[in-house]
Amino acid sequence: MLDISTWFNDILAGNLIFTAQTLGYYWEGLVTTTQLVFLSLVIGLVMAVPLAVLRGSKHQWIRLPIYLYTYVFRGTPLLIQLYIIYYGVVFVDGIQESFLWPLLREAFYPALIAFTLNTAAYTTEIFHGAIKATARGEIEAARAYGMSQNLMMRRIILPSAFRRALPAYGNEVIFMLHASAIASVVTLMDLTGAARFVYARYYAPFEAFLFVAAIYLCLTFAILYFFRFLEKKLLAHLRPLS
Amino acid sequence: MAATPIPLEVRNIKKRFGETEVLKGLSLKAHKGDVITLIGASGSGKSTFLRCMNLLEQPDEGDLLLHGEEIRFKQTRYGREPADWKQVVRMRAKLSMVFQSFNLWAHMTLLENIIEAPVHVLGQPKKEAIEHARALLERVGLTARADAYPAQMSGGQQQRGAIARALAMNPEVMLFDEPTSALDPELVGDVLKVMRDLADEGRTMVVVTHEMGFARDVSSQVIYLHQGLVEEAGHPKEVLNNPQSPRLKQFLAPKY
Repeated sequence: MLDISTWFNDILAGNLIFTAQTLGYYWEGLVTTTQLVFLSLVIGLVMAVPLAVLRGSKHQWIRLPIYLYTYVFRGTPLLIQLYIIYYGVVFVDGIQESFLWPLLREAFYPALIAFTLNTAAYTTEIFHGAIKATARGEIEAARAYGMSQNLMMRRIILPSAFRRALPAYGNEVIFMLHASAIASVVTLMDLTGAARFVYARYYAPFEAFLFVAAIYLCLTFAILYFFRFLEKKLLAHLRPLS
Repeated sequence: MAATPIPLEVRNIKKRFGETEVLKGLSLKAHKGDVITLIGASGSGKSTFLRCMNLLEQPDEGDLLLHGEEIRFKQTRYGREPADWKQVVRMRAKLSMVFQSFNLWAHMTLLENIIEAPVHVLGQPKKEAIEHARALLERVGLTARADAYPAQMSGGQQQRGAIARALAMNPEVMLFDEPTSALDPELVGDVLKVMRDLADEGRTMVVVTHEMGFARDVSSQVIYLHQGLVEEAGHPKEVLNNPQSPRLKQFLAPKY
């Protein structure tokens, strides 16, 4: 343990910018970014699955509102959505008296809401497309073998659609990680927020931002490899035997 | 009189797609052990007729009876629909269909394909279903391919696998929709052999096919359809060896 900390101090010695303190900022930023992205992705995914199924409903009054939602959230910049939620929430009547206010007053939760709604909209469309692309013959076979609509959805359509959606969803995850950088504009100390702070303090743009870019790059590669692993496992049926 | 109920009976089925009437009143009775082949040119309605039997297509008119139990229909704004989908689901579980393009579920291995409906539709215990599936795979000669995905198998293997999937349901009647039409010629034989074995063991089958040899040797009844009507029907020896209608004569004549 001692070895590591002396080694660490040696590296940092004579370095004005990357002190234990600034590294601490970056670390907190990393934690915030990870929490924000991870939570919004998980909640967004949970929302997107039923929405994607209902998006294909034959009833207009179910299908259209969902389409409207995904259309609006995919058709406007995430930054604007974040501004509307972060700055607009104060003006909602009675919100400041409600039990939610301590949460909404922070920058984290408005950002979480904006990111979640945004990723849920994209993910809904990704899944909806994958569901629509289910082979007709496989659906026919499911019906011919006595499956009800629900059983068919659960056992045939969704498992096959999720696999098909995996590469596109992997891109969405990476996109969300990068989009999370804009959380810093509403005072959130995420990775980018930490980098901006270090930049402003030392006036060292290259050090501050190249370092944070490297962290984003590492995170991206981690996500990439995770999805490559998943695809290898779940898309085995699409690979011919070599 | 307690006559043994007929596994599958359809009466006076009519079906139109838009303006075109494709089925103009077709009936069929499949007694236990019958092998009925439907033959006819493309567009004669034979596949549509077969698909009406398990309601993949909704007939506009006509009755459908399984073991004497009549499927109930109702009229809606969009046309005629089954009145009780639970009844349809129950009835489909007794009729297994084998498709022209196999239609195995691509994300499941062959074994998973075979146990899927028995476990999740019939509620069989998984262990039992797997044992049954392995026996069926041996029967169709695919023991070694149990863990292969459909995309990794040849067309003939996929179709034999699809037949095993159909058999796993212990169906009362098996429906075959041109099971060999999508296969390379050298793979047709294996599939026909499996079907012939099934006929020999007394399975009730309705087969849409272009394989005249199979129709002649295996079936108990041949129905020749022309433009949505039965043009000629009867024992294969009479219908195929001594056709009466000029159209059937032409249909059976060597093409080159």
